Amino acid sequence: MNSTSVVRIDGVTKTFPQGNVTALQEIDLELAPAEFVSLIGPSGCGKSTLLRVIGDLIEPTAGSITVNGKSVRQARNDGDYGIVFQDAVLFDWRTVAKNIALPLEMLGWERQRRKARVTEMLELVELGGFADHHPWQLSGGMQQRVAIARALSFEPALLLMDEPFGALDEMTRERLNLELLSIWQKTGSTVVFVTHSISEAVFLSTRVVVMSPRPGRIAGMIDVDLPSPRSVETREAPRFFELVTEVRELLRKRGEHLLPEEEARIS
Amino acid sequence: MAHAAIAAELPRRRVRDVPLVRAAGRIGLVVAVLVLLVGLWELYHWIWTSAGWTWPFPVNDTSMPHVWTIVKAFGQPAQVNQPALITILLHKTAFTAKEAAAGFAMGALVGFALGVILVHSRLLQRGFLPYIVGSQTVPILAIAPMVVVWVNPKLPGSLQGWGAVAVIAAYLTFFPVAINTLRGLQSADPRALELMRTYAASRWAVLWTLRVPTSLPYVFSALRLAATASVVGAIIGELPSGIQDGLGSAILNFNQYYSLEPQELWATNVIAAALGIAFFVIVVLAERAIVRRAPENVA
Repeated sequence: MNSTSVVRIDGVTKTFPQGNVTALQEIDLELAPAEFVSLIGPSGCGKSTLLRVIGDLIEPTAGSITVNGKSVRQARNDGDYGIVFQDAVLFDWRTVAKNIALPLEMLGWERQRRKARVTEMLELVELGGFADHHPWQLSGGMQQRVAIARALSFEPALLLMDEPFGALDEMTRERLNLELLSIWQKTGSTVVFVTHSISEAVFLSTRVVVMSPRPGRIAGMIDVDLPSPRSVETREAPRFFELVTEVRELLRKRGEHLLPEEEARIS
Repeated sequence: MAHAAIAAELPRRRVRDVPLVRAAGRIGLVVAVLVLLVGLWELYHWIWTSAGWTWPFPVNDTSMPHVWTIVKAFGQPAQVNQPALITILLHKTAFTAKEAAAGFAMGALVGFALGVILVHSRLLQRGFLPYIVGSQTVPILAIAPMVVVWVNPKLPGSLQGWGAVAVIAAYLTFFPVAINTLRGLQSADPRALELMRTYAASRWAVLWTLRVPTSLPYVFSALRLAATASVVGAIIGELPSGIQDGLGSAILNFNQYYSLEPQELWATNVIAAALGIAFFVIVVLAERAIVRRAPENVA
């Protein structure tokens, strides 16, 4: 066993009794510290299920997972997870600052310490002037930055992101990609990132895990050897396009039983 | 990122009227509608009496007293050697308001507590909801005497009489609050619940930081119903309790003399309605002060 891995997944299977669906079959995956791993695949490939299994939001039918050598339950109780969904899921009765402070309150941090950290996080996601705004006064991109600040506020060992930029327009999305990378470099956390977008996966990740559906399996993995730190130019580098093509072909090869609209979504 | 870019992302704030001007406008509208209703009442009275129509009922100064007769009645004593009607009615209104307010508070607390208990147990929900619904199908006039008999002997002197009426008002109040609290607590976003789960938040923390704030718009729309129901409950509760200090006795009393002095019953009705509206407005103002939600989440 590799004791330095942050996440270790061994033969994880998840079947849902309703409709007898095998969402995940025999998944093995290991994440090293400070890795940025994208899970990509068509709808129904189980990538969101895998994320939730890692986060102890769904229990696997078989197999085992450890996070920092602990059970997922223990890891969750220790506050090892930060999670970001497709929608920001902010509490609209709380101000931006209070939303970011939410996990800190749950962990029992003192007021002064919370306040200092919230200020820090607001600077990190460049929302310094918006502490006292309410979520509905912000644009979708800004709301998602608040969600990221909230997820990172307590410095979790593992950041779980479920299509966090899926609901945003292309330009906002690319800008937030760059911001996420700079935040990731500053905090050094390990990231599991679920996405539908091949270019986003390649641009962000140190490793792309391609999944295929029915049953959900890992179709292949591609190490992304693009130079770091990544920038706007990265998207124009020939190597970037090669990797995008590689991921796309891996998805195609495994995608015989895809529906046409699913194929359209992943290309 | 440049600050200009952030500013550009902000949705543009709508130019709003001065709040005071807006409030004045709304009050003006309410007054205008009142004037319109008074005009319609008098117009109906005039048309039906001049044409001599008797359908659906014969119109005369007893069945539909003039608005000015009703207004004048406030200033005159209902009986010889008594103060003006308005003085008596205001005293009675204060008494009924006390009963209704106590009933409202009790009913709201019980209703809210029931909602909180039921949201945590599907079993209790299935078992108790039918009875909670059933409780409201029992006519309040049928249970009021029993409540008086049960509750009154246990009350200290200062609560004697009106305390039992407050319980009857609470009986009408708790129901909408319980049902809407339950619905509101259940309406929490499943992903927000997942989020709280990743923080290993306790049930108690989930309740107070997520479920209760989510439920507030639901709770307040129930409280608005409950506010008027508590006034009705207090007035009806006074009837079988034999309480003489409230609006209930005035209504009963003026009912008997309706053919002689119809304006006195009408004047009492106006005051009772005003009390209900006042309760409603207080709840709405409290909601404004307490609930801070996105515009689309305000019921």
